[in-house]
Amino acid sequence: MFRYIVRRFLYIIPMLLGISSLSFFIMQLAPGDALTTMVLSPDISEEVVNAMRARFWLDQPPHMQYIRWIQRLFAGDMGHSFLWHAPVTWVIKQRLLNSLLLTVVSTALAWLIAIPIGIHSAVNQYSWSDKLLTFVAFIGVAIPNWFLGLLLLYFTVSRGWGFPVGGMTSIDFADFTFWEQVVDLGRHMFLPVLVLTTGSVASLMRYMRSNLLDVLRQDYVTTARAKGLSRRVVIYKHAVRNAINPLITIFGYQLGALLSGAALTEIVMNWPGIGSLMLNAVQGKDYYLVMGNLLIGSVMLIFGNLVADILLAVSDPRIRYE
Amino acid sequence: MAKTMTEPERSNETTVYADGGAIRSPLKMAWRKLRRHKLAMAGMWVLIVLHIFAIFADFFAPYSEVTTDRRRTHHAPTRVHIISPEGKLTRPFIYGYDRVDTMRNIYEENHDVVYPIRFFVRGDKYKVLGFESNLRLFGVDAPGKIYLFGADRYGRDIFSRLAYGGKRSLFIGIIGLAISMSIGLVYGGISGYFGGWVDNVMMRVAEVIISIPSFYLLLALSAVLPPSLGSTERFMMITVILAFISWAGLARVIRGMVLSIRQQDFVTAAEAVGCSQPRTILRHILPNTMSYIIVNATLGIPGFILSEAGLSLIGVGIQHPDASWGNMLSEALNLTSLTRYPWLLVPGFIIFITVLSYSFFGDGIRDAFDPRAQT
Repeated sequence: MFRYIVRRFLYIIPMLLGISSLSFFIMQLAPGDALTTMVLSPDISEEVVNAMRARFWLDQPPHMQYIRWIQRLFAGDMGHSFLWHAPVTWVIKQRLLNSLLLTVVSTALAWLIAIPIGIHSAVNQYSWSDKLLTFVAFIGVAIPNWFLGLLLLYFTVSRGWGFPVGGMTSIDFADFTFWEQVVDLGRHMFLPVLVLTTGSVASLMRYMRSNLLDVLRQDYVTTARAKGLSRRVVIYKHAVRNAINPLITIFGYQLGALLSGAALTEIVMNWPGIGSLMLNAVQGKDYYLVMGNLLIGSVMLIFGNLVADILLAVSDPRIRYE
Repeated sequence: MAKTMTEPERSNETTVYADGGAIRSPLKMAWRKLRRHKLAMAGMWVLIVLHIFAIFADFFAPYSEVTTDRRRTHHAPTRVHIISPEGKLTRPFIYGYDRVDTMRNIYEENHDVVYPIRFFVRGDKYKVLGFESNLRLFGVDAPGKIYLFGADRYGRDIFSRLAYGGKRSLFIGIIGLAISMSIGLVYGGISGYFGGWVDNVMMRVAEVIISIPSFYLLLALSAVLPPSLGSTERFMMITVILAFISWAGLARVIRGMVLSIRQQDFVTAAEAVGCSQPRTILRHILPNTMSYIIVNATLGIPGFILSEAGLSLIGVGIQHPDASWGNMLSEALNLTSLTRYPWLLVPGFIIFITVLSYSFFGDGIRDAFDPRAQT
């Protein structure tokens, strides 16, 4: 097991090289660079632009640019963002926490809600509450998050629900006391968290329900009931534990998607996270910012998968990694 | 499988044995099971209707997708009446509308002007299969205009644009899936068949693509498209991009299946009788992954549709004036427009209905091809 984990960690290095060179290559294909707009501007002389080109190695051949970028990466420097006129690491750090705040809260809520609902639905299969819940879940899965977001925005504004639409804090946030700040942030978070939670509750609940239904059909459940254990004990001590196991894989995916999964929702709901940052970076041809985002997002995705594999091995004795 | 079906003695429906049992081809069995799945059939019919609506957009849409009307910006949906002002039941008609507030685009019915809805009218010209025509299913006489689902900020008819947008939004899913399936099949087939270092290298390359967050990769790739691209080229390029980010996951699954199929005797037999390697892969191994492919295809199309919609929504996919369900919604991103003109959300509902139908249909298909499922 230990050797397996070490190998998986070592394996990340060539993967990241592959990912970064692929994304670098893609950005090279894009017409023009971040300085193209500067060239057109009458305020900036050609010498300044050329000096900037030289400073950020944009005048060198692509492979040299890439090698320089990798070299600097080991020093913890992801290059310079032309849109923000600041180091990429600084820009990403600003947005990273915002995105995580949204996704961590909504993922945690989704699990807290979906697991009990899924259990209830499976235990009371074909009851009216089960039918209602599965129907709602089906719709919840089919409705795209960004569309749910738009609908909520519409109702919030036209019905006057009183939640702030867009942004993360009020303008006078800095003047608030600590608790006022918490409340303000919570009010701003409400709509995007609601959107993200609804989507993942729907799919998690369906997984939980079908897993538990599978387990409840197993012989050992019948045996446990036959030897006189109460229904309650059989369901919660025997069945639910085994039904939750396969969900660990999903947990890994969600962990991996913490940074990138909410991108469209962030953009639609105007949340200052990594997703909206990425859109701006792509539109502004901000090479290094795009590369930085792709890299951070990929690291998270790989890490999530790794955690899922390890958790699965720990929790399920049938799985052995050599 | 394909061969046995063309043989004359098997071509008739079923072979019935004395004990009442019957042999059917797998496809026929799946179809029988699917037909009993009510939701799946409902989904299928909705999809058929939507696709026909999109394919014959020129006929079903009263206006072309680029017909603007500066005097009717953000026109509210026109109400269709069947009770005449005298209180009698008549053919469907609409009233003329007056713009009573130019700032906020508020329109009111003018009961003095009546435009009966006419069917099979001559409208905007279009070309279909090389023929030029201007026959449209319905319309009203000029200067009246019928907006079933309202108009956007250029006074373009949303109903018409839904039809034209469907051409792109619906078929991007099918074409994109076909491309990514073909790549995934061949790539996974080769990787699984040869194994060893070939497999190792090919899978590592695929994993690089899987490991990049797909939406970020989509965004980065869409930046590559030059703004000067024509509308058809842009559509094709976006389809290719969508296929590019999705083939790798499929290739990995196919490779796993091929690895196990390769061990079976019939593959050894095919090699023994001298089948070439490409032939063995394409004719003997890959057809065995067919049921997985069919199920995966139906369940995979909504993903493509949603990706295109998402890209176009935020302005990096299909570009105006070409309609796509995603870019029609981008106007709704503006809160003022969204609350004043809620009919801008109609394309979102259509996307939702499409995705829902595909998942009902896909679920049915999956059950139908699942040998463990009860008949």
